[in-house]
Order: sequence, then structure tokens, then C-alpha cells
Amino acid sequence: MADAATPHAAEHPPYLAHHFSDIGQQFEAGSLGMWLFLVTEIMFFGGLFAGYAIYRHLFLKGFEEGSRLLNVRIGALNTAVLIGSSLTMALAVRAAQLNRRRALITCLILTMLLGLVFIGVKLNFEWSHDYEEHLVPGMGFSYPGANAPAIELFFCFYFFMTGLHALHMVIGLGIMVVFVWMASRGRFDGGFYSPIEVIGLYWHFVDIVWIFLFPLLYLVGGRY
Amino acid sequence: MTGHVEPLKIYIGVFVSLLALTALTTAVAFVDLGAMNTAVALAIAGVKMLLVVLFFMHARHSSALTKIVILAGFFWLALLLTFTLTDINSRRWDPSPGPWSAPAPAAPAPAGPAAP
Repeated sequence: MADAATPHAAEHPPYLAHHFSDIGQQFEAGSLGMWLFLVTEIMFFGGLFAGYAIYRHLFLKGFEEGSRLLNVRIGALNTAVLIGSSLTMALAVRAAQLNRRRALITCLILTMLLGLVFIGVKLNFEWSHDYEEHLVPGMGFSYPGANAPAIELFFCFYFFMTGLHALHMVIGLGIMVVFVWMASRGRFDGGFYSPIEVIGLYWHFVDIVWIFLFPLLYLVGGRY
Repeated sequence: MTGHVEPLKIYIGVFVSLLALTALTTAVAFVDLGAMNTAVALAIAGVKMLLVVLFFMHARHSSALTKIVILAGFFWLALLLTFTLTDINSRRWDPSPGPWSAPAPAAPAPAGPAAP
């Protein structure tokens, strides 16, 4: 498929849909559509951020105390891991642009591995630890001190925000499995890599959500 | 060929900058700046977001239509946050919501610095 040398504009290549006049237009439509989806995702997470801002405003002391219960070193390390996965994803898109199939597959797999490290750290070193410390609302939450109700609310936000973020990552990982398989079958080349570009946009968006979650959840309580 | 191919150096540079900014924002959290801590943390996050959007997501090479869609997304988010927070900050809480744990003496919710 990839090696089928298609004459320019004479007959369209197999990956060009009939309703697009050329591959540039098709590519443009694909990334515009993805951005439109990401705008709905901005509003989706934006609702959570707005709710967080309201309750942090109302219960500032409790939110700050709750924030200090999170492990900032693990949080920062995981941020670096996720930024690394964004780099490998950007390199995957670049490899697809340059028609380097091997590099594309390697970069996609590296991205998935880094994503799995992030989720693994979250599960094994953060969420499970929070459970043992009785910090999971609805699952035996208990905390000494007057701020306990506000801290429980903080952890509601913490688990919903990090949980939805992790869910987005799992969905991205699932899509990447399919794309690695497609890439190994030679379904992408420098003329057609829209799916790689689009999963890249999605992955970077998820990275951006974490870039804001990290300071809002781990840092704003202050560590001094 | 569709799309602009960035030089490798740019991606590595953005990656290193993002790591440096992560280290910086973490370090700043250990310094007491009062209400400025939140502002600085969000400003650094904003810069990191710009780096990702402009370079990793190729926004600086995308078409005008795509740029308008991106800006519209942030505009609507700004509307959501601005109107929500102006409402919360300007509403006369009467009585202001106290802590849920009833027995404590009714300590009013602290009037903290304006959230983001």
C-alpha cells in the first residue's frame, strides 16, 4: 500500500477519501476536527477546574492542608515522565512525516511505556498509599483535625481529576496499540499520517491537563 | 508532504525547557511567597502549556481556521472561569458557609486570595 506509487492527481491514492480534493485538505480537516473535539475536552475539564476554584476559595485552609498530604516528589517525577512521553509522541509524529516506519513504531511504543509508568506510579505509590492512609472519600475516609470535611472535599476533587486524567491516558494507550499495529502493517507514510498527528494532539492535550493538575493539586498548599 | 517538519533541535529544546520549568515550579512551592505562590505556579503552568501547544501540537504552523478554533476554546474557558469566580467573589454570603463539622465554633470561611 505504502509503496504504491500513485501518479499525481491522476487517480487518488487509496487513503484519500472521495470527498476531499487533495491530501492536504483531508489532513487539514482531520486536525481541525480533532481540535474541535479538544475544545469540548477543554470545557469538560474546565468544569472540574471551575468547581475546584470555587471550593478552594471557600475552604482554602482545608485545601492547602489536603494538598500537603500528597507526595510532591512523586508528583514532580511523574510530571517529568509525562513530559517525556509527550516528547516521544512529538518524535513519533515527526518520524511519520519523514516516512521512517521503524522510528515511528519505536517512538509510539516508548510513549506507551512512559504512559504506563505514569499510571503505574499513580496506582502503586499514590492511590494505594492514599487508601492505606484513609484518604479516599467514600472508602473509609478519616482524618484528624477540624479541617477534615474540607480535606475530604479536596480529595474528592483529587480523585475525580486525576482519575479522569488517567482514564484519558488509558483511552490514548488503547488507540496507540491499534496504531502501532497499523504502522507495522505499513498503513502510514509521509503522505498519510493523519491518525498519528491526531493521536499526538490528543496525547499532548492530556499532558497539558496534567501540567495544570500538578501545581493545583500538589503545589498550591505550599511546602515551606 | 503535509504539515511542517520541525527540526529535532526544537523538540529537544522544548522538552528540556518543560523539565526545567517543572523543577522551577516545584522549587518555588518550597518558598513562602504568600498569595503569590498560586499565581507563580499558574503562570509557570501557562508557559508550559504555551510551549506544548505551539511546538508539540504544531499550532504555530497550523491554518488560521485551526488557530481561531484553539483561541475560541480558551476564550470559552476564560468566560467559564471569569464569570464563575466573579460571582463567587462578589456574592454576599449571608451567612457564609461554615465548616460542615457542626460542633466547632462557627469559623467563617477564610477570605483567601482570588483563586485563578
